[in-house]
Amino acid sequence: MRTVPTSDIRDVIAEIAVKACMEVDVSVTDSFAKALKTETSELGSYVLNQLIDNYDIAKRERIPICQDTGMVTVFCSVGQDVHLSGDPVEDMINEGIRIGYEKGYLRKSVVRDPIDRVNTGDNTPAVIHYRIVPGDKVTVTVVPKGAGCENMSKLTILKPTQELSDVKSFVKKSVFEAGANACPPFFIGVGIGGNFEKVAILAKEAVTLPFTERSEIPYVAKLEDELLAEINELNLGPQGFGGKTTALGLRVLVYPTHIASLPVAVNISCHAVRHEKAVI
Amino acid sequence: MEVINITTPLTTDMARQLQAGQLLLISGTIYTARDAAHKRLMGMLDRGEESPFPLKNQIVYYAGPTPPAPGAVVGSIGPTSGYRMDAFAPRLYKLGVTASMGKGGRSLEVVASLKQYGAVYLAAIGGLGALLSKHVTAVEMVAFEDLGTEAVRKLTVEKFPAIVAIDSKGVSVYERNSV
Ligand code: SF4
Repeated sequence: MRTVPTSDIRDVIAEIAVKACMEVDVSVTDSFAKALKTETSELGSYVLNQLIDNYDIAKRERIPICQDTGMVTVFCSVGQDVHLSGDPVEDMINEGIRIGYEKGYLRKSVVRDPIDRVNTGDNTPAVIHYRIVPGDKVTVTVVPKGAGCENMSKLTILKPTQELSDVKSFVKKSVFEAGANACPPFFIGVGIGGNFEKVAILAKEAVTLPFTERSEIPYVAKLEDELLAEINELNLGPQGFGGKTTALGLRVLVYPTHIASLPVAVNISCHAVRHEKAVI
Repeated sequence: MEVINITTPLTTDMARQLQAGQLLLISGTIYTARDAAHKRLMGMLDRGEESPFPLKNQIVYYAGPTPPAPGAVVGSIGPTSGYRMDAFAPRLYKLGVTASMGKGGRSLEVVASLKQYGAVYLAAIGGLGALLSKHVTAVEMVAFEDLGTEAVRKLTVEKFPAIVAIDSKGVSVYERNSV
């Protein structure tokens, strides 16, 4: 049994929440540089260049990449040999968000109730997904995702007799309809299988996977490649102004499902794909 | 890509000359207002009250910035989606607003009102907040301060970049996209 004080989780969350909002992974900027070489749209290339400059300014001057610093999703995996000590972990995760958003001058975008809509003033609470896993570590992934792209995400439950091609059509239609609202070029997470809530979480998790890698399941890896290529033929382009660069990454996660179901979820991330992981 | 420098106020005559696809560099004054500010403003107008900020020949920017870090004029300040203000925009165009600025497409009703009043819809680049903050030289709180990031702020801007997304003839940069 290893003891992890929940205050450690708080401190880590506070730190990585800020970092996530100021810095994208180098794989993102690399993919932009690559896209610039193939983008033929003049407006599209202008947008890509501006966005590259923006990442640079954000990182260098510690200004959030985007003003929408999101409602935070936290994936928290707790090793079953860990004893969490101190204040309740949920409170400490939210305290970490509170501190990070205050000290990092990040935007407070959460309202306390969906109908009365009074801002909580500290960007809490987060949406937290816990998982008990083997081992004696705690892994937290912070995903400060903006609403522009979150609002454009979609979920459907197809009939079990439908084909993979129907899954693809749904994904492409969802991406096309998201259009400029979700700030392309996108990083797209697709969930297939499970049930109503599982498929949504799969899609969100897929957004946090390294987008330069591919699934270990051969048909899923092929699907990832095909969907990405076909989405880039939609001619949405950077910011929806037209062009070849509509998505820079796409990952798919699958899960067993019911004999009567074929759930599909598409969680779109804008180009400002922000997530930070830490192991405690 | 054609680059046009404009200085506010943006008159209807100036707005009518703008064409979809042009890159504007805006200098002068613009006002931020997003969802909650629009909702509140509509309530005031319904009750016959005056708008707390000028509308005639003005640019309304759908944006809610991050708080400024010490020493900064403003935080990150990119656009939010325009479609969420579709229900309110025609009324503001009618009252003299000559441009709204956000990201993403607009409803047919909004496009019709652009044509009717000779106004435009501009697209700032979404997710460009850090860079755009460099084009804001002053910020003044104007109304609804309790709304926090959603309050109405008067921004002084210099060469603030935006694309003419839908012009006063209804031509749209988003239209050429097809499945
Ligand atoms: S969709 Fe992303 S880049 Fe666009 S405004 Fe929202 S958070 Fe920012």
